[in-house]
Amino acid sequence: MPPLRRGGLAVVLALVLPVTLALGWEVAVDTGAASGRLLPPPSRIGATLADLAASGDLLTHVAATLVRVGLGFLCGAAAGILAGAAVAMLPAVRRLIDPSLQALRAVPSLAWVPLFILWFGILETPKILLIAVGVFFPVYVGVSGAIASVDRKLVEVGRVYRLSRLALARRILLPAVLPATLVGLRTGLGLGFLFVVAAELMGASEGLGYLLVDGQQFGKPDQILAAIIAFALVGKLADTVLVALTRPLTRWQDTVRESL
Amino acid sequence: MLTVDALSKTYADGTQALSGIGLSVAPGEIVALIGGSGCGKTTLLRLIAGLDRASAGRVQVDGETIREPHPSVGVVFQEPRLLPWLTVADNVGFGLADVGRAERRARVVRALERIGLSEYGRRWPRELSGGQQQRVAIARAFVPQPRVLLLDEPFSALDAFTRRGLHDQLLDLWAESKPTILIVTHDVGEAVTLADRVVVMRPRPGRLDETVAIGLARPRDPVSARFEEAVRRVMAALDRSLRPAKPRRDLSPEGRAGWW
Repeated sequence: MPPLRRGGLAVVLALVLPVTLALGWEVAVDTGAASGRLLPPPSRIGATLADLAASGDLLTHVAATLVRVGLGFLCGAAAGILAGAAVAMLPAVRRLIDPSLQALRAVPSLAWVPLFILWFGILETPKILLIAVGVFFPVYVGVSGAIASVDRKLVEVGRVYRLSRLALARRILLPAVLPATLVGLRTGLGLGFLFVVAAELMGASEGLGYLLVDGQQFGKPDQILAAIIAFALVGKLADTVLVALTRPLTRWQDTVRESL
Repeated sequence: MLTVDALSKTYADGTQALSGIGLSVAPGEIVALIGGSGCGKTTLLRLIAGLDRASAGRVQVDGETIREPHPSVGVVFQEPRLLPWLTVADNVGFGLADVGRAERRARVVRALERIGLSEYGRRWPRELSGGQQQRVAIARAFVPQPRVLLLDEPFSALDAFTRRGLHDQLLDLWAESKPTILIVTHDVGEAVTLADRVVVMRPRPGRLDETVAIGLARPRDPVSARFEEAVRRVMAALDRSLRPAKPRRDLSPEGRAGWW
């Protein structure tokens, strides 16, 4: 069987279960066999999504969530890269801060929520900070590990050609650590979306997380499911954009398509 | 002119790797260093390259003392050590950072032609075979036109056919700019194919033993009687270096088998 047809068949097979369940539920609610009060049928979820989109509410909520994830991601990633590089390149810094960071990493990040609310109130600061904390650790671990495991033999090639410290960093270290750094950034972005939900659950007046809370409080399961679908789409989209933006940098890698 | 004078290397744990090495290699001469594993061949090469510091003695190239990697000393390692994120052409031109773009391009193109890889300039190193990668590594070392080129068992990971081809290409590149070449090998045939002189090393601590002058015109025919006679002389010298205390043994085929 040609690969294309086999791939097509795989997609069809993968869709059989969800589509059957969705259609079955649609029919069951339609014929009155089930009420669909707690689990609305797909058509009603679709209609809710369409309403939210038409009124512009969906865009507002998605934008609010994306801004939070974006700011948190930028802060967390920048801090993670700086700390990871410092720890990997300066042994004194590693001995000083790595044990503490590893200890903090062991704290489930959601445990910070009450403290952040106490310190920063319930506005944007604690939300962005929480997301930044979530993004920080995978980036930090990725960058410090990548720098520490740079192939000494390639560094020696740099020495043979008498590269200055700066040139060595630019021409050998940076390209060598890029793939693992990007994997860290990608994991961080995924965690950013995880944490934005937690952040928005702790009190927000807009954002996809707010739609979840609102849907729960007012008994609107269709709104909750619409928000979940929006989360899935936005998260996947952000991930795809990150991969597309960074792919040219790792074109040389054999494994890039598998690992990213 | 490469001069090595009373060079010794003792590691921090007290192991004496090299003791009192004295060697001088004329401009354009090719010298092969041969010996069993652990006799300090690679250590000697690294000291000459300026990659490691000697405990005593000195290395000079044209009267200049080598303490760290020097622009007129090129190195080819056992592995190709190409930078995986650079194209083949950029790898070849790696040592030409301070040469103008146009001239760099011209020299890279010419080097790629010389090694028969003109079509591969825009490929990634991983797309090349092991032999092709080592050719690129050799071209990278030749392109900055070093006066001394050090090669550390550059062909040991390759099969016999590939190795033959690479010997020819190395001699071809050498004939163009005639650098002094010091090549470490454990292959007697390779030493006789390439070198004007073969220097046998002796282990614990590593020191120079006998020197065998090859005295054959190039190109050399590996199936000629004179070539075989030179191989026998090198083998005999190697044999003596390994059995110092005992009287010379009969060179039966069984007794020699291990050296091949």
